[in-house]
Amino acid sequence: MHSAVQLIELGAIILALGLLGAVSVRFSISPIPLYLIAGLAFGSGGILPLTDSEEFVSIGAEVGVILLLFTLGLEYTAPELVGTLRTSAPVGLADLVLNAAPGVAVALILGWGPVAAVAMGGITYVTSSGITAKVIGDLGWLGNKETPAILSILVFEDLVMAAYLPILTALLAGAGLLGGAAALGIAAATITVILFIALRHGTLVERFVSSPSEEVLLLKVLGLTLLVAGIAQQLQVSAAVGAFLVGIALSGPLAHTAQKLLAPLRDLFAAVFFVFFGLHTDPADLPPVLGIAALLAVTGVITKMGSGWIAARRAGVATTGRLRAGAALVPRGEFNIVIAGLAVSAGISASLGPLAAAYVLMLAVTGPVLARGIVPLAERLRLKRARHRGPQTDDAPLPATLTDNTAQDATTGP
Amino acid sequence: MDVERTALPGIGLQHIMTTARGRQLGVISHRTGRRDLVVYDKEDPDSSIVTVALSADEASAIAELLGTGRVVEHLAELHRQVEGLVTQKIPITPGSPYDGHALAETRCRTRTGASIVAVVREGQVIASPRPDFVFNAGDVVVAVGTGEGTVAVTQILSNG
Repeated sequence: MHSAVQLIELGAIILALGLLGAVSVRFSISPIPLYLIAGLAFGSGGILPLTDSEEFVSIGAEVGVILLLFTLGLEYTAPELVGTLRTSAPVGLADLVLNAAPGVAVALILGWGPVAAVAMGGITYVTSSGITAKVIGDLGWLGNKETPAILSILVFEDLVMAAYLPILTALLAGAGLLGGAAALGIAAATITVILFIALRHGTLVERFVSSPSEEVLLLKVLGLTLLVAGIAQQLQVSAAVGAFLVGIALSGPLAHTAQKLLAPLRDLFAAVFFVFFGLHTDPADLPPVLGIAALLAVTGVITKMGSGWIAARRAGVATTGRLRAGAALVPRGEFNIVIAGLAVSAGISASLGPLAAAYVLMLAVTGPVLARGIVPLAERLRLKRARHRGPQTDDAPLPATLTDNTAQDATTGP
Repeated sequence: MDVERTALPGIGLQHIMTTARGRQLGVISHRTGRRDLVVYDKEDPDSSIVTVALSADEASAIAELLGTGRVVEHLAELHRQVEGLVTQKIPITPGSPYDGHALAETRCRTRTGASIVAVVREGQVIASPRPDFVFNAGDVVVAVGTGEGTVAVTQILSNG
């Protein structure tokens, strides 16, 4: 029989997360850094260590990762993924090289070895699509011309994750280069099969899952996702990727309903995951890595600004839009922690966890702030080129063809 | 007029239209049925200055408002063509031979087949003026008739 202490601890943790969430809503910031800090406070070496509910929290954290990836897969339909791969590959690759390089370099310089370098590359590379989407929505940037370019980069990064996570999982399991290649082969084959099913026979999956009852649909979708994730884990392809692929296979109105149904579950378990990561990071380990984390964060801002600049320029967007695209891509968040979580649980370098936590804490907070500040900055640059901004009416003289028509209308009256 | 269409992965579609005056307007169609009406900055066409989120119902109400006007104009145009009638506004200039003379003296209907149906004087409309109505410089005469007839009325009122 479970002790009451476990329930009390669990309740206290979730209540604390709720209060932190309220703070994040009030100041319109991402709750992820707050959850991490809560985890640090409750974990080993924290101010209020909680240990009894750890079993639940660790399972909850795994479910959180699976649901994060599953809902990410739901966001995009298979044709969108394939289309983006065709059109944005050069920009996506530039983004990959620019942003993974600093992490890889730091891991190698610190002598953590090649496997840690692969993990660190992933940690500095991925933008938090959740935070970026929120920034774009909050600042009313959705209509801007650079937004399609930003979204394409996010889609491309997710595709890279689908290939990267299985490789990382294999490498972390100590499979070596050959095992890594085999894992990549299996992953590539699985992804191809799933994409094929989703593109050609998407209706089959949907017919199996769909149900007029929301309850039945929820259970079917959640069950299918966890099952596929577990099988993928067994095949050394990483549970997260399995869940991501299930998300892609579901599309259309069904995906929309599933997203709505699973969003509360995802929010709960994702929060548990961030706390879990914080729990396993000893706050005493943070100060020694702060310097490196700050250095990586500054580099991370510069390299993402570069990615945004390139992507927006390719879309034919001028300076202001290019700066906005870069700033929108700066935030790091959930997937960087997912990657670090995989590496930490495999027992890779002890400093990697704290470093990733500090890095994400810095960029998840400064990213949105930077995005808010970039437009006034760009505006000032533009105003320097001396232009007066009057009310935006359409008083400009009409082109000749239109004037003719209106003149005729005036004389021929009612 | 060209409408540019771009996919927004994970969100829906973006349509951007450039008007004859060079302004850009956009509509973002969300998969959820939400529509965003976007107005772009005049000086920086990459940036949206106003974004109005509309529910599916609101969007179709606006579409109806924008569309109905054109339908009415179209009907009016059709009506004109069917009737073969033209309405013309003709000013009485200070040098006009009929400045200070009665409407009957112009013998417009006999000479041209077109009728003078109204006179606009100092912003007021005098409908169906009587034959003894006296024109003043600055009046605007409204004549209805065939295209030829109304042109002839213009000739009479300015040259006699």
